[in-house]
Amino acid sequence: MREVAIIGVGLTKFGELWDQNIRDMFAEAALKAMENAKVEKIDALYVGSMSSGLYAYQEHLASLMADYIGQIGVPAARIESACSSGGQAVRIGYMDVATGMHDIVLVGGVEKMWDVEDGTFVLATAADQEYEVYNGVTFPGLYAMIAKAYMEKYGLTREELAQVPIKNHKHAVNNPNAQYPFEIDLKTVLNSTMVADPLRLMDCSPITDGAACIILCPLERAKEFTDKYVKIRGVGAATGPIALHDHKDLTRLEVVHLAAQRAYQMAGVGAEDIDFVEVHDCFSIAEIVVAEELGFFEYGKGGKAIAEGQATYGGKVVINPSGGLKAKGHPVGATGVAQIIEAYYQLTYQAGKRQVENARLGMTQNMGGSGGSCVVHILEGM
Amino acid sequence: MIGIVGYGAYVPNYRIKSSTIANQWGNDPVSIEKGLLLVEKTVPGMDEDTITISVAAAKNALKRARIDPQKIGAVYIGSESHPYAVKPSGTVLIDALGIGPHVHVADFEFACKAGSEAMYVAYSHVKSGEMDYAMGIGADTSQGAPSDALEFSASAGGSAFIFGRENVVAEVLFTHSYTTDTADFWRRDHQSYPRHGGRFTGEPAYFKHILGCGRALLEKSGMKPEDFQYAVFHMPNGRFPLKAGKELGFKQEQMNEGLIVPIMGNTYSGSSITGLTAILDVAKPGDKIFMVSFGSGAGSDGFIFQVTEKISEVQDLAPKTRDMLNNPKKVYLDYGKYVVYRRKILFNEY
Amino acid sequence: MANSQRYTREIPRRYRLEAQKFPSGFVSLPRRYVDPISGSKEYENIKLKGTGTILTYTIIHVTSDQFKFITPYAVAIIETDEGARITAMITDTSFEDIKIGARVELVFRKIMEEGPSGIVNYGYKAKVIV
Repeated sequence: MREVAIIGVGLTKFGELWDQNIRDMFAEAALKAMENAKVEKIDALYVGSMSSGLYAYQEHLASLMADYIGQIGVPAARIESACSSGGQAVRIGYMDVATGMHDIVLVGGVEKMWDVEDGTFVLATAADQEYEVYNGVTFPGLYAMIAKAYMEKYGLTREELAQVPIKNHKHAVNNPNAQYPFEIDLKTVLNSTMVADPLRLMDCSPITDGAACIILCPLERAKEFTDKYVKIRGVGAATGPIALHDHKDLTRLEVVHLAAQRAYQMAGVGAEDIDFVEVHDCFSIAEIVVAEELGFFEYGKGGKAIAEGQATYGGKVVINPSGGLKAKGHPVGATGVAQIIEAYYQLTYQAGKRQVENARLGMTQNMGGSGGSCVVHILEGM
Repeated sequence: MIGIVGYGAYVPNYRIKSSTIANQWGNDPVSIEKGLLLVEKTVPGMDEDTITISVAAAKNALKRARIDPQKIGAVYIGSESHPYAVKPSGTVLIDALGIGPHVHVADFEFACKAGSEAMYVAYSHVKSGEMDYAMGIGADTSQGAPSDALEFSASAGGSAFIFGRENVVAEVLFTHSYTTDTADFWRRDHQSYPRHGGRFTGEPAYFKHILGCGRALLEKSGMKPEDFQYAVFHMPNGRFPLKAGKELGFKQEQMNEGLIVPIMGNTYSGSSITGLTAILDVAKPGDKIFMVSFGSGAGSDGFIFQVTEKISEVQDLAPKTRDMLNNPKKVYLDYGKYVVYRRKILFNEY
Repeated sequence: MANSQRYTREIPRRYRLEAQKFPSGFVSLPRRYVDPISGSKEYENIKLKGTGTILTYTIIHVTSDQFKFITPYAVAIIETDEGARITAMITDTSFEDIKIGARVELVFRKIMEEGPSGIVNYGYKAKVIV
């Protein structure tokens, strides 16, 4: 196995991209990444997308994108694992380079979410269609049930829960690519529209158009292209039951623990070594449970720890310096790649005002469904 | 002995008061409550239709019959609000209850008498020796157009009856049917609400057929009104059945138990037969029950039942009709909610 | 939405609560081939009685088009008395009576309609026993 480096990144603006179709967005991010890495020819392409078929009526993405970035002929495949499609694509790209199969690999994620009317239905296809969705569950509804169980078991208050989006919006202020780069206060959260009790609109990540791409190459060749590169030090992935009701403990997302343990083991580090982490805060409660599963806080104490400032600059670990899914935006298939890009910026000291001081080890955690899949990466600055 | 071996009713959880409807349209609530004896009516939940009501009633009938559903040879559902124009209601029911696939199934429609019709055919199958058990059901989520007189009465609910030879709780002693072509009330295909002939629905329709059937049944049986503990008739409102019963020679005391219309409304195919379940809930061995249904179009089915000593074994095995009607958790709807529940807001779906 | 072919094959589970009990004690309403706990391929066919307890729930205010005319509505994760975990809508129950730990019975209800011309979808919902 070879060591693998990230040598270039490219992102579109996250938000409502009315003028761009799915290939426009992908091409923008991919060409930026190639330019950033000073790469003209790639050896392989992986595209993560959750539901381009339902969102944009377009499957067969990998070949389409290969064509529109001027790389026709290259071997390419699309990777799907619901909201963790992007992270999974990075993992596959990593494996492709690490095994020696290919040298220069472009990994991207893309989602065009604003072209459909019934986005709630599309997102719900990540849940068990016959036994959850049929019975009226929505995606926010699943996380609302986790929140309800968690609040009952651990006494987390509604106000404490609100601190997660408040913190993430604060971080996003310094992120020029973020969809919502502004602060919100407690009143905004508590007065926002009820979506699925106890979750309100301000607990939910938004609908976002966007694409994110990175270029991977063997670590030993990274210097040929750039002096700004990071090393992928740990990779861990896991599956869990896609139906929430099959999770033994409804206050946990065990899939995250499993994926994180694999990544920590491969990297030879622990939670205490991590300087910052980009987590999958698709809903406020998710960030709390995920932070616990990653080992940053004890079970049942994550909510209070985040509310007390343990997850921001100066705390125990900076969680979501980018603004997270909530404020940066959540183009589902692109999110896992965008998290890696934030880690790349932090570890190459290009994060501007949101730079985590002395950042050396960063982590990303990308999750599919209500804990059906998870990918964790540990990245190291060089 | 051939008769009912299990019976069950189902009443939805929602109600609207006559006064709520009267106030909506500027009618006098007192004339509805006191004149027509309509105080409140049942409204189906948003997830209920004739099929779900039939399933719930049939489950209660099975609880009382205590038989293997596989032994039921025929299932008939009578209704004028079958959810599909083409596709049977009964097939959903047999698959939900584990009856069949070796079973004869049909949906019936004959305005408000489709339920008694289903019972009549089910009973006849057992009587012929063709099968051991057969089930007849009447259920409706009745339609009444906004501001029409029917809006005060059109309600939801239903009852199911399993006929057999063993462990009979109410023996069928006599039956009679009386039918003519009388268009007093009808609904054409693709129409949301029925139309009716106003006062033409009274004397030439309701009374002519109920009395014609009732008199023939008394004559056929050689019985007199005073031989019966209970009598129940189709209940489009509270006034009509009491008037018809009295004309046949019955007293109000014989009709009170089955007269559920003031607090249920007219459940169309489920009307007189749900009254019958309320009677069976309290009947004693040896009691005789006189029942005549009415369906516009028009016809009446008459039954004479005699309750057996088995009745007391089954009365408590499923919810009783009046308990469901008087459920302390019933929910009263305002007119706006009622309009949503009955899907009276129309818009173009695509 | 479940078109008629997709709908019809699920009838034994949705109408009659036909389930499987595996040697580890795991009970599955969806058809399974392997016990997720023990890996055993042996199982016994059982029928759920239709009673259970609420493990968690939510009240949904914003939903997909197919359910938008019944909002707000409650959905719960229920453990049946046999140990099967299911997700079901709650019907005929005031929201104040819905609690973690509340007892429920399953009733046969209409789940949705496929627009004005498609099939009607039936299945189980839960009703809190007060």
